[in-house]
Amino acid sequence: MVPQAAPVAVFKLTQDFNNDQFPNKVNLGVGAYRTDEGQPWVLPVVKKVEKIIVHDDRLNHEYLPILGLPEFRSSASKIVLGDNSPAIQENRVGAVQCLGGTGALKIGAEFLRRFYNGSNNTKTPIYVSAPTWENHNAVFSSAGFEDVRPYRYWDAEKRGLDLAGFLGDLESCPEHSVFVLHACAHNPTGTDPTQEQWKQIAEVMMRRKLFAFFDSAYQGFASGSLEKDAWAVRYFVSSGFEMFCAQSFSKNFGLYNERVGNLTVVARDADNLKRVLSQMEKIVRITWSNPPSQGARIVTITLTSPELFSEWQENVKTMANRVLLMRSQLKAKLQALGTPGTWDHITNQIGMFSFTGLNPKQVEYLVKEKHIYLMASSRINMCGLTTKNIDYVAESIHEAVTKVQ
Amino acid sequence: MSRPGSSPDEKGVSQNGDPGGQCPLFTNTLNAPVSPETRLLSAFARDTQARKVDLAGREYYSEEGKPFELRLVGKIKQQLSTDPTLHPEYPSSLGLREFTRKATEVALGKHSRAIVENQVLGVQTPGFTAAVRLGAELLRCWYDLSADWCGPVYLSSPCDDSLAGIFQAAGIQEIPSAHYPTGADLSQSQWAVITRLITSRRLFPFLLLPTQALCCGDMERDAWPVQHCASLGMELLCAQSFSHCFGLYGEAVGHLLCVLKQNSVLLPVQSQADKIVRSLWARPSVGGAHVVTTVLSNSAHLVEWQGEVKHIVERCMLIRAILREKLRLLGTPGRWDHLTQQGGLFCCTGLNGEQVEFLSNRRRVYLLPGGCLNVSAINCRNLDYIAESIHLALTSSL
Repeated sequence: MVPQAAPVAVFKLTQDFNNDQFPNKVNLGVGAYRTDEGQPWVLPVVKKVEKIIVHDDRLNHEYLPILGLPEFRSSASKIVLGDNSPAIQENRVGAVQCLGGTGALKIGAEFLRRFYNGSNNTKTPIYVSAPTWENHNAVFSSAGFEDVRPYRYWDAEKRGLDLAGFLGDLESCPEHSVFVLHACAHNPTGTDPTQEQWKQIAEVMMRRKLFAFFDSAYQGFASGSLEKDAWAVRYFVSSGFEMFCAQSFSKNFGLYNERVGNLTVVARDADNLKRVLSQMEKIVRITWSNPPSQGARIVTITLTSPELFSEWQENVKTMANRVLLMRSQLKAKLQALGTPGTWDHITNQIGMFSFTGLNPKQVEYLVKEKHIYLMASSRINMCGLTTKNIDYVAESIHEAVTKVQ
Repeated sequence: MSRPGSSPDEKGVSQNGDPGGQCPLFTNTLNAPVSPETRLLSAFARDTQARKVDLAGREYYSEEGKPFELRLVGKIKQQLSTDPTLHPEYPSSLGLREFTRKATEVALGKHSRAIVENQVLGVQTPGFTAAVRLGAELLRCWYDLSADWCGPVYLSSPCDDSLAGIFQAAGIQEIPSAHYPTGADLSQSQWAVITRLITSRRLFPFLLLPTQALCCGDMERDAWPVQHCASLGMELLCAQSFSHCFGLYGEAVGHLLCVLKQNSVLLPVQSQADKIVRSLWARPSVGGAHVVTTVLSNSAHLVEWQGEVKHIVERCMLIRAILREKLRLLGTPGRWDHLTQQGGLFCCTGLNGEQVEFLSNRRRVYLLPGGCLNVSAINCRNLDYIAESIHLALTSSL
């Protein structure tokens, strides 16, 4: 008797949106970038590089190595750690090409379960932020970890980071616990620690021997600057952590359907790195064996050509700037309407998502009465906003807040 | 080396760049034992002899000795790259619906009763291994959860060395190997006997179809065992790959087919598959799947594709025949009928471990550890050398 698995909320939301006949419906639950016309966007640099690939007749048509395309792995790691990263120069950085960010988390989790904190220690606590991307839990539990717990993160009252709670959990958790950290543009709250706050977090983690597992899905997409969005990861590396960073190129390259991810491993030394990678290769071999080449080739060619790299940075800035524009316009409109409450968090938060702070009744009102679809948690995707629908959305939020308590 | 925020007395961070604050985390991680395939590949790579021959590769090699893209595939990729309707969207976790529909049809036949009665689930996966992995994970949910089933799963001997590991990763512990006639594919009457046994003993078949169309040159004929089982009303899993028959090796185009006994369990099985996929790779990659779907949905493309596949199959058959003839002319001991009786890309020579080692160490001819070789890697430039080498392996005193 096969039990039915629980449905995933965000997919149900999309389904309901698709079935809705209302002409001015708005989907603020979408998980991908949209242009101001509400369309998905193929980055111009990606289109260019795809043509290069398709016309390259010297291309190797073999299976990719199990760990992936070597040039992809090294250029992807460089992008997050920085060209001049001392760890790279010390030959203690390696990587595994994976099936998207999820795949990278999966391989990292499987490795940690087998080899971290003893051998096959499924009781090591895995801490994920409260709230976090809904799939974090599933990836770590399916890797065998029995104890996936939340760490305090979002302060609903303050509508900001609960730093005291976060640090408190870091101080009181069992030693050697694993913490899944969002490198930037926290999903779903859009609230990141400041650089000073990251320093405090790192200090406690180092002192209490906690493992840092970064999830970096929005580098460049959050602030428009690759360096700025990688600051936390680079700080941890320079502080001496051995750590993992799961990278996704779905959003910043718009390669959602090519599953381009990279698990960057920062080890103590070259010898340790070698051992870790050899075991990860075994894990990959029984999961997908050889990763797909298309997305990795696109990213590699772009990152390793100065001209294409600049063009890519411009494309990324285009996306980041549109989101920033929508944030400032939404806040301005709500303030102009005199909508009760403070709306600074909309521009303080960063990245694709924003926790508006609406309560469940208000969310329901928006969905049912105004045909504006957002998550029950009050998370909205800023990319769902356009110059054409932002007035309608602002007015609707105003209505929801004033009519529904 | 700059470390923002660090000072000489900051706890846990020493000054000379040694990350000494933490104990080294992974020092108890041993180097993974090298798999036989890897050992082979690196031995071949290190071999500086000009005459070295690699017969252990997994791809189809052209007469020029390189894996290549079917001409039709190249054309379609160009077309797709300029298609304005293709959007960079997240595909569903179960993959592109058109792809799974076509992949299901080529395995079961378009008019399969199981398809008509809605008893079939198809899931696009990033490659063949991924399909097997998903199937193995599903098996654990399939069986009664309270019984905590964890095997046994029987694998043929020989088989790919990663198969056992895949099932183990899915939590299955008992994995014995069953006897399988070396290299030969079963005839239809042999399949009939097997399916009778499977049904009467209530066993579960997990069929592997990695090189469909490369055996007989015909999709349908190569999938006959799957269609036969389904026509008997059996429940089964079937892992498929389109890498070989489309030359899409780098694109990870796989498919897991689930044929169920009743359509009432379709939704629960689908929801479990979706859950498992989301914790493995979330969604599959689409590039290769688009190509396959485009070909399989268009009769002109199908004809052209079948022509290219036929050429591949005929070349493999020719190589087998010529090799057999060469061995006969050399007076090589033993019978070599099995070379031409077997079909497809790979051939189990029947050589033992010592003989295989002789071939790699003394003749620089690399076979897979079980004595299997990739027929397509044999070409007019190395054929004589290979035949001589096999002859020597069997006639020199070892």
